[in-house]
Amino acid sequence: MSAHADTQEHFAGSNKLFFSIWFWLLLLTGFEVFLGYVQLPVVYMLVILMGASIIKAALIVAYFMHLRFERLNLILTIVPALVICICLLMVFFPDSFRAKQLRYSGPSPAPESR
Amino acid sequence: MATEAEALAGDWGGGVHPYRVGHRKLGMWLFIMSDSLTFSALLMGYAYLRASNVWPTPFKFYPSIVFSSVMTLVLLSSSLTMVMAVSASAHGKKSSAQKWIIATALLGATFIILHSIEWSHLLSEGLKPFQLPAEWAERWPGSTPLFGATFFGITGMHMFHVFTGCIYLFVVAARVKKLKHEDIEISGLYWHFVDLVWMFVFPMIYLLSIDPKK
Repeated sequence: MSAHADTQEHFAGSNKLFFSIWFWLLLLTGFEVFLGYVQLPVVYMLVILMGASIIKAALIVAYFMHLRFERLNLILTIVPALVICICLLMVFFPDSFRAKQLRYSGPSPAPESR
Repeated sequence: MATEAEALAGDWGGGVHPYRVGHRKLGMWLFIMSDSLTFSALLMGYAYLRASNVWPTPFKFYPSIVFSSVMTLVLLSSSLTMVMAVSASAHGKKSSAQKWIIATALLGATFIILHSIEWSHLLSEGLKPFQLPAEWAERWPGSTPLFGATFFGITGMHMFHVFTGCIYLFVVAARVKKLKHEDIEISGLYWHFVDLVWMFVFPMIYLLSIDPKK
């Protein structure tokens, strides 16, 4: 009976869909590596790389981890709490920027005489 | 029973199966939530240190970036083979699922081997968890010795997850005939999560520390 039940599993998504997701993930990765060699300011780099990574993570969670095909209840239990907790970790950054001002950052290129 | 069916019909119904997944699968999702917070904390700690210090950007095109890009390809492909395993299992093809799971675990092992080679390159350059190679310290004056701590800490933690995942997948492959479809799906969830974490580790650790001149 259980063997019969196993063959009846609900499984959404075709192999074609998964291949195209894989292709997009590779394409975004290639774009990220390419971007690494375009000399952009680090803040732009960070924003674009994180944006691409969040898109990749969303594709993996939605299709590979099948969350898109789960109940809305499960999605709403997992995703918002996690997003909020991760964003809360950013409260430390003002201190990080302050600490930067306090640190020795190498000999100054043109020492002024005082 | 009719009321239960009604309760289950809507997305907000809840009923006795509010998530319509087994307790094991829900458990894996909860584990994934806690584990993603672990990695978030590690990556935020890294970002904190990086923003408050002079940070070396030492990764050469070869070996570091080539290796890490190939590792990304391997891990993404292993996710695809895992999806194929779950798909085969859903259609009742257990032996086909077994082959796909073994392929996934072997790709995971490939990732570990490539990553070990990449680590050994850096170790031979003189990078240690709390010490930079003399050459780097000279090139980036005042840079923090914690570069190695964050690098080995985060990539090591990820490699540990890949290693654990490989063992998990080999066990699942060996027991595939006894396991239910959902159990195979759960091992897939873990594996995809390991892949997902690398999608953040790779750009943050490697791509933001590329040496543009080499």
